[in-house]
Amino acid sequence: MPTPVNLPPTHDRLAKHAVFPEFDHDETARYNFLTNLNKHLSTVISPGNKVAFDKRVRPQFMAEHGRDFDTPDEVKEAMLQDPHYQTWSALRRSAMEMRQQVGRATVLRQANELAEKVAKLNAQSPDTLTINPDVSAPHYMTMFDSHIMPGSYHTELFPGDVSNAASYDSGLFVTSAGMLGKYTDGGGKALTTWLKATYPDFKPKRILDIGCGLGHNTLPLAMAFPDAEVVGIDTGIPMVRYGHARAVALGVKNVQFMNLDATQTGFENESFDWIQTTMFLHETSTHAMQRLIGEIYRMLKPNGLSLHIEQPQYTPQMSVYEKFIRDWDALYNNEPFWGAMHDVDVRTWMTSAGFEEKNLLQFGAKAENDMEYPKNPNAPEVEDHGRSPIWNVFGAWK
Amino acid sequence: MINDILLSSNKAKGKRPYFLENPEVERVMNITMAVAMETATLHERLDTIERLLAKKGILDRSEIEAFVPNNEEVIERQLWHARYVARVLRMVQQELEAMQQGPEQNLSMEEVANRLRNS
Repeated sequence: MPTPVNLPPTHDRLAKHAVFPEFDHDETARYNFLTNLNKHLSTVISPGNKVAFDKRVRPQFMAEHGRDFDTPDEVKEAMLQDPHYQTWSALRRSAMEMRQQVGRATVLRQANELAEKVAKLNAQSPDTLTINPDVSAPHYMTMFDSHIMPGSYHTELFPGDVSNAASYDSGLFVTSAGMLGKYTDGGGKALTTWLKATYPDFKPKRILDIGCGLGHNTLPLAMAFPDAEVVGIDTGIPMVRYGHARAVALGVKNVQFMNLDATQTGFENESFDWIQTTMFLHETSTHAMQRLIGEIYRMLKPNGLSLHIEQPQYTPQMSVYEKFIRDWDALYNNEPFWGAMHDVDVRTWMTSAGFEEKNLLQFGAKAENDMEYPKNPNAPEVEDHGRSPIWNVFGAWK
Repeated sequence: MINDILLSSNKAKGKRPYFLENPEVERVMNITMAVAMETATLHERLDTIERLLAKKGILDRSEIEAFVPNNEEVIERQLWHARYVARVLRMVQQELEAMQQGPEQNLSMEEVANRLRNS
């Protein structure tokens, strides 16, 4: 049946693995509602912000000040007074909070069972999971709860608890409106597809994925290079514990998980051919990023590759409105460094650690969605700022 | 055993932003959206039941669309609607009653307590 708009897939289309939380009928329906709500907000309500800006906010500012906006902050102050922006923001915040609540309600009622399933699977392959109890969550992780997920990545409600990791695994679908594929690995897949097509001779033997979370973008690297040894590190103990069990459940054997701080890993010099970060840098801090790039350069082998999937950087050509609207998540979805990350000169960041200007690269990779659902390729796609399925990738060869 | 009912609705660390001029309105909007989600969830459950009944040959979905209630059923259904809408709009009704009633029916309990204390 032809549809006038591109409908998101339903949550039941996600592939289930052995540690994926169980969803009953109504829990699935709630996520379906929220996915549609997000789609509606991003495609119907969100574009109204630009209309409000053009038709009333900007004319009023110019009438009052006799000039145009100079900074994104000025736009923010003016837009915060606009009823449409207020309504959209209030609804979007509400949608984000409801997504957390629904995911949480689903996983917490089965928290003990999930912990048991994870422990059982982890016991099947104890050599590929390293838990360092001495590595604590860094300060940039503990000042707030990332993505307004209560407890963030590091909290355990009881020993062995993995409920937040399981909620995260099940709920990325909702915030991305189902664009990331049935294992939520569309980003990692896009990356390996690009890499194999562009550098067919690159055969990494050892790969490090920093800030791997539950490993949804780590496993595609291991599967694309089955002869490589892949290491995923993250400071969230529940995340790596769940991620490892998930990898075991999915039969991916050439990957190991460790809880480690990326700024001081203890790995040997020049010990990795490829070092990856995926949507991780915006969850750090200025100081951590600087230490991180030094550590990456140190661990990378000569002729090795370092790649980072991140938010696009602000350019002088980008309008103040565009800069303003792309920052919503920083302030209102608890991703405070996201805004600062937009202003980081990533080329200088990489060259400061020793990478050479001529070896830097940047490209866009479209997330691959292998989900089976009716797609309408002719329906117009509206970009939800900051949630584009086109992934911005930059990096460098050493 | 963890209290999953309470923990499910935990607040995230960090100050919550409010966007509407009036935080009370934003609170009501959040509650309304949660109810909207529950309505959608109910609708999906009903849709599942209808489709399962159709697959099992118990009921054709077109029968639902073509259904016309008899007089007795009309009364039952309209009664349900009347009670339902009265529940949803209870607040408006009570504000109206307050306007209709005189001041003696709208005494604050502080005032009543004072009067009781002195009588």
